[in-house]
Amino acid sequence: MSKEPVAVVGVGQTKHVAARRDVSIAGLVREAARRALDDAELTWADIDAVVIGKAPDFFEGVMMPELYLADALGAVGKPMLRVHTAGSVGGSTALVAANLVAARVHGTVLTLAFEKQSESNAMWGLSLPIPFQQPLLAGAGGFFAPHVRAYMRRSGAPDTIGSLVAYKDRRNALKNPYAHLHEHDITLEKVQASPMLWDPIRYSETCPSSDGACAMVLTDRAGAGRAPRPPAWMLGGAMRSEPTLFAGKDFVSPQAGKDCAADVYRQAGIADPRRDIDAVEMYVPFSWYEPMWLENLGFAEEGGGWKLTEAGVTELDGDLPVNMSGGVLSTNPIGASGMIRFAEAALQVRGQAGEHQVDGARRVLGHAYGGGSQFFSMWLVGARPPQS
Amino acid sequence: MPEVLKAPLVVEFPFTRSLGPVQSAFLTGLRERVVLGVRTTDGRTLVPPVEYDPRTAEEIHDLVEVAPTGTVTTWAWNHEPRRGQPLDTPFAWVLVRLDGADTALLHALAAPGPDAVHTGMRVRVRWAGERTGAITDIACFEPYDAEPGQPGNHSGEFTEPLTGIVAPARLDYTYSPGRAQSAYIHALSEQRTVGERCPSCRKVYVPPRGACPTCGVATAEQVEVGPRGTVTTFCIVNIKARNLDIEVPYVYAHIALDGADLALHARIGGIPYDQVRMGLRVEPVWTEGARYPDHYRPTGEPDADYDTYKELL
Ligand SMILES: [Zn+2]
Repeated sequence: MSKEPVAVVGVGQTKHVAARRDVSIAGLVREAARRALDDAELTWADIDAVVIGKAPDFFEGVMMPELYLADALGAVGKPMLRVHTAGSVGGSTALVAANLVAARVHGTVLTLAFEKQSESNAMWGLSLPIPFQQPLLAGAGGFFAPHVRAYMRRSGAPDTIGSLVAYKDRRNALKNPYAHLHEHDITLEKVQASPMLWDPIRYSETCPSSDGACAMVLTDRAGAGRAPRPPAWMLGGAMRSEPTLFAGKDFVSPQAGKDCAADVYRQAGIADPRRDIDAVEMYVPFSWYEPMWLENLGFAEEGGGWKLTEAGVTELDGDLPVNMSGGVLSTNPIGASGMIRFAEAALQVRGQAGEHQVDGARRVLGHAYGGGSQFFSMWLVGARPPQS
Repeated sequence: MPEVLKAPLVVEFPFTRSLGPVQSAFLTGLRERVVLGVRTTDGRTLVPPVEYDPRTAEEIHDLVEVAPTGTVTTWAWNHEPRRGQPLDTPFAWVLVRLDGADTALLHALAAPGPDAVHTGMRVRVRWAGERTGAITDIACFEPYDAEPGQPGNHSGEFTEPLTGIVAPARLDYTYSPGRAQSAYIHALSEQRTVGERCPSCRKVYVPPRGACPTCGVATAEQVEVGPRGTVTTFCIVNIKARNLDIEVPYVYAHIALDGADLALHARIGGIPYDQVRMGLRVEPVWTEGARYPDHYRPTGEPDADYDTYKELL
């Protein structure tokens, strides 16, 4: 028996900001969930199950927050699951929810991911004082910066590429009312003049710390038939993992990422992603990851990703727009960041992306990664239902 | 077999909590010696209050005051109070349904012993002398035989409401790095770097984890590597981390020690930070009594050819 087609019929997110001091965690997730239900014109009673994700518990210090969020998300009397795959969690949460629909376990599933970074400090959460280890570094930037340098060496990319990505993403964010950073006076010169934090990564090439939540309503073919607005159809979805560190690990282009993308393309019948996919919303927490992932995801040959960026191909009006929403560089509620990528892909093929809509976007890839480039999750959504 | 190391690990952080409207009113109320519940649309009063109806998922914010007296619905005796608990002498954990409420609140009951506690017993709030807007503003409950207290008629509106609290969290672990890393650390004390070779793929892991993550088999064969190595990639750290006592800028590098099949991470010194490069040959610099090399410095050898370390970034 073939799988049930999965449709996205509701998308909701909060206006992402540095600190939402006016709401509890429950209030924050509720806001996104409510907006997704409103978009789908559904009520709590229409939801069969809830699948929630967030980043590591240390990031907010609430062990198993899903326990206390069951009532805020209308999950009483229904199955509720939590997914946990570090930074990629928003993507894998959506895929777990999608698989419940595809397997016909449930007809309509609410999926949601969130982070309230203002209640903690992620840099602290990533730098616990483990005994017998030599403390050398704090936070994610220093961890990823050597891999960016390795990419620059391997590809021969000029050192201006990172600033082009940051300048583009911040301008895209100006068109997205939900984005955290709205830097109206951004210029390329300002990006290039911003301080080096972890050379080769500049301040303006890093992501902010945000409070926010993102939710989607996923449903089956019958549910999509009742939807008030055009649905986004899942054409392929996959997750892959690999160890954080192992002999032969390629941090610049991890094998798990390549395999994950290949699986999605196989499911969706994509022969040439550069030709067959109209836009990409990918997880770029440090600007250089745009050219790196363009190669890892098969949009450019090895060493060629930066050439697409440099030529303007990834601009909003380019041939392959990347991070139309402004990306992680403009909004980073860590646990939600993966789902925001997936949701943006859905908004694009539904024609609901507003000012950052890519004209004629029919197939859009959503991508997330997490851990030490260890977990990958991706989906490809389309304006039309899958063929089979 | 050398001793497996162990040490305490304390994970501690003052998390902050934004309260939202309902918890804000509840905790501000405690500060003012008022216990507030929330009314559901079907007329139940929930204490402590919640923002969303557990039955219908509706948003609820109709606050009502309940009495400071109530009935124990169940309990458990705590023989040995621990740090941070409400009382420092043995007490009962109780669920108390306050007069006017339909649900019960978890708190502590001061009582001389378990024989003095029973389900159905009447209790009242003992307020803390200093109140800040926290559940600890109720110091505990105490036995109470008189008439039920009368709830006031508070609306839940306060001047200067509390909007956030600090919720310090602390976890105490006993951490052990395990056999393989303990052996690695013991060898370091003799200024030697010892990894382990995978019996299947023959790769040498430094530091060793006791198993090969690729093959999934245990590793045991000890292999001394280094002391020299090659900088495979690096970054220059320009921002000072709160919990790190290292002057900036400094170079954080991946170093493939000679004989190792993946890079370890260390600081580079003995060379201006802006002259560090991929391929630089380095050796460890030890300081008296330190567990790890303080940093690695240039050996003066010619730089390694990129092709010799490109798989070890
Ligand atoms: Zn092996």
